Amino acid sequence: EVDLDERLGELDLRNDSDIPDVPPPTDSTPEILKRALSGLSARWKNWWIRGILTLAMISVFFLIIYLGSFMLMLLVLSIQVKCYHEIITIGYRVYHSYDLPWFRSLSWYFLLCVNYFFYGETVADYFATFVQRREQLQFLIRYHRFISFALYLTGFCIFVLSLVKKHYRLQFYMFAWTHVTLLITVTQSHLVIQNLFEGMIWFLVPISSVICNDITAYIFGFFFGRTPLIKLSPKKTWEGFIGGFFSTVVFGFIFSYFLAQYQYFVCPVEYNSETNRFVTECEPSELFQMKKYFVPPLLQAVLGWETVNMYPFQMHSVALSTFASLIGPFGGFFASGFKRAFKIKDFADTIPGHGGIMDRFDCQYLMATFVHVYITSFIRGPNPSKLLKQLLILQPEQQLSVYKTLKSHLVEKGIL
Amino acid sequence: QESESENKLDGETASDSESKSEFGGSPPVPTSDDTPEVLNRALSNLSSRWKNWWVRGILTLAMITFFFIIIYLGPMVLMTIVMCVQIKCFHEIITIGYNVYHSYDLPWFRTLSWYFLLCVNYFFYGETVTDYFFTLVQREEPLRILSKYHRFISFALYLTGFCMFVLSLVKKHYRLQFYMFGWTHVTLLIVVTQSHLIIHNLFEGMIWFIVPISCVICNDIMAYMFGFFFGRTPLIKLSPKKTWEGFIGGFFATVLFGLLLSYVMSGYRCFTCPVEFNNDTNSFTVDCEPSELFQLQEYNIPAVLQSVVGWKTVRMYPFQIHSIALSTFASLIGPFGGFFASGFKRAFKIKDFANTIPGHGGIMDRFDCQYLMATFVNVYIASFIRGPNPSKLIQQFLTLRPDQQLHIFNTLKAHLLDKGMLGSLEDA
Repeated sequence: EVDLDERLGELDLRNDSDIPDVPPPTDSTPEILKRALSGLSARWKNWWIRGILTLAMISVFFLIIYLGSFMLMLLVLSIQVKCYHEIITIGYRVYHSYDLPWFRSLSWYFLLCVNYFFYGETVADYFATFVQRREQLQFLIRYHRFISFALYLTGFCIFVLSLVKKHYRLQFYMFAWTHVTLLITVTQSHLVIQNLFEGMIWFLVPISSVICNDITAYIFGFFFGRTPLIKLSPKKTWEGFIGGFFSTVVFGFIFSYFLAQYQYFVCPVEYNSETNRFVTECEPSELFQMKKYFVPPLLQAVLGWETVNMYPFQMHSVALSTFASLIGPFGGFFASGFKRAFKIKDFADTIPGHGGIMDRFDCQYLMATFVHVYITSFIRGPNPSKLLKQLLILQPEQQLSVYKTLKSHLVEKGIL
Repeated sequence: QESESENKLDGETASDSESKSEFGGSPPVPTSDDTPEVLNRALSNLSSRWKNWWVRGILTLAMITFFFIIIYLGPMVLMTIVMCVQIKCFHEIITIGYNVYHSYDLPWFRTLSWYFLLCVNYFFYGETVTDYFFTLVQREEPLRILSKYHRFISFALYLTGFCMFVLSLVKKHYRLQFYMFGWTHVTLLIVVTQSHLIIHNLFEGMIWFIVPISCVICNDIMAYMFGFFFGRTPLIKLSPKKTWEGFIGGFFATVLFGLLLSYVMSGYRCFTCPVEFNNDTNSFTVDCEPSELFQLQEYNIPAVLQSVVGWKTVRMYPFQIHSIALSTFASLIGPFGGFFASGFKRAFKIKDFANTIPGHGGIMDRFDCQYLMATFVNVYIASFIRGPNPSKLIQQFLTLRPDQQLHIFNTLKAHLLDKGMLGSLEDA
């Protein structure tokens, strides 16, 4: 009988090249496409499949945007669950750990716990009026952290109790694998949703910039590519990288201009307790009001204009597209390195021609965190209703002292 | 053969023959004996087993004495000690990773691990400093900018490390590098977040720092003693020396200890008051009106206990009731942290995390039960004890727009008028 722990210990110490390959994923191209393209050669067939699927994905994206914020949230949640599933399955395959006691249940349980924790924090903030009316929700909200922690601890204790003598190392590996995956997929997906609530434009522009960078870097590399960029991804070239950068900045600039005109995209998503729906209606903030900017003398000669009417948001879009083009690809390189480390070609074979969901979303993860940090640092202040809610929880003496401090501050500033 | 090696775990190194087969030829790093010479000479006459007992005992007393000294020295020193313990634990776990994967030669990796430790600490300390030292930060211009863009700066620093990691990937060592990357992050998650929760607890009042830690230590010692004298039924396969008798005895002893310790500490302001930073004296102060938790109250004893104890009412601090919750957690769930660490050591075939403390192992060996406790106390305080921090709220208020500020101010005013608290003031 093979001691898995021993075999694993030996595996770890060997070179990468000694590790056996994981079998390649099966071809899940739908029959329809196969018949339609049966006449073409293999290379063009692959190109067509990728192209068709790209258009299909973009169409789904537009459809969901049209359907509104709630559908978008559901989409983000489904993608998160699928990405998590893909990465965990890779872990199972690498470690042949299908038979580990409890482990599948535990992985899904942890996913549930962490999601419960994050959704609870989000829901409490945005659905404050909805929550106030229902008693049971009140209780859940007030002790939310405690309940989440208790749920997590239960999983932790079950893990400890499930440790089996011959499989200690394997089980610890899978435990760590699960946690790192949770850290990557679940936290990022919640940051994406927080960005969404800020205004759909904060969700659309970053994601589109990353997609645009992917596509334009590929096209520039295809036509002009000569100098390899990084050993990890031999198909990427400096020409593609730089061309993609400039195209993405221009794209982001133009796309923001179009989106900034519509309240639907620009306003923070709010939950209307009377109609029980999400609404996006508001006075557009200053970011989304046209302003006159003076064109620097350098560009004046090129463009021929002295001033230009722009939305301030377009300036921010330059920062977002720059990040998407320069740093976003590192997420892709990370995923490439990961795939090479574990000898897999794609994360999964969900999307024909493209691989798994993770393959499409690997660049998006850093982007989501960046946008969130950007918004909290440069755009919005704290949420006023959340602040008010916390003020009302304070002890009466504390409230009084806060009241006096605020009053003196406001009088000083001449607001009162 | 397994039981033999497990019996040897108490103070003796694993046998070489056992280790050879597990590591494919290379023995694990043996824990060298760094008992100080003076102790060695003093105990040279005793047999090996008793000598080990004495060494452990002396070091235990030394650590407890050290604990008392730093409590006496105050919050600043305590924070520094927590920071040092955190760094040492991180170092111990990362070193184990190196030993397991023979990855001393990985390019950049040591530097990157320490860099990530620095980044995460910078992020957490920045958040804490901004909260608690608000006025100090507002006065100094560079600090103000650092705190305003704190998240962005921390994220940028982290990203730099991330990009360096990607650029450092070397063809033959991908898997190893990803393992070490994962190892580093999980370690950071465990060690750094917990140490910051401990510091948050400390700021709430030293009693919230001392009572939980003491309960875990007491549970360790009591469970060991009960197990030594009465132990019969094994508790869990992972740690064969633990017994049900020790577990249950330890539980009751710890709850009792917690009650007594809380009673003694609740009387002193220096333990019960939140730690605050005094801008005028530029030092930490613990001075306040004790909250209701720390004021004696009459409790009616339930009828069941009246006959046993003989009193009708008892005067207790409300905090003592909370201490029961804390000691219960320390005795029932805390040990799972220890089992986790035991499982980890068996998984990676190591006897101790390191050999820093003679007779006890590494710093992590002493602190493995504390980690769950720190999080629990923090969640407990946030859920059941305190509300939000008023100065933090004021700080957030000041960043809002004037119209939002006015709206909040008016709502608060209406609320206070409702409660009749503004009656004696003159309204502007």
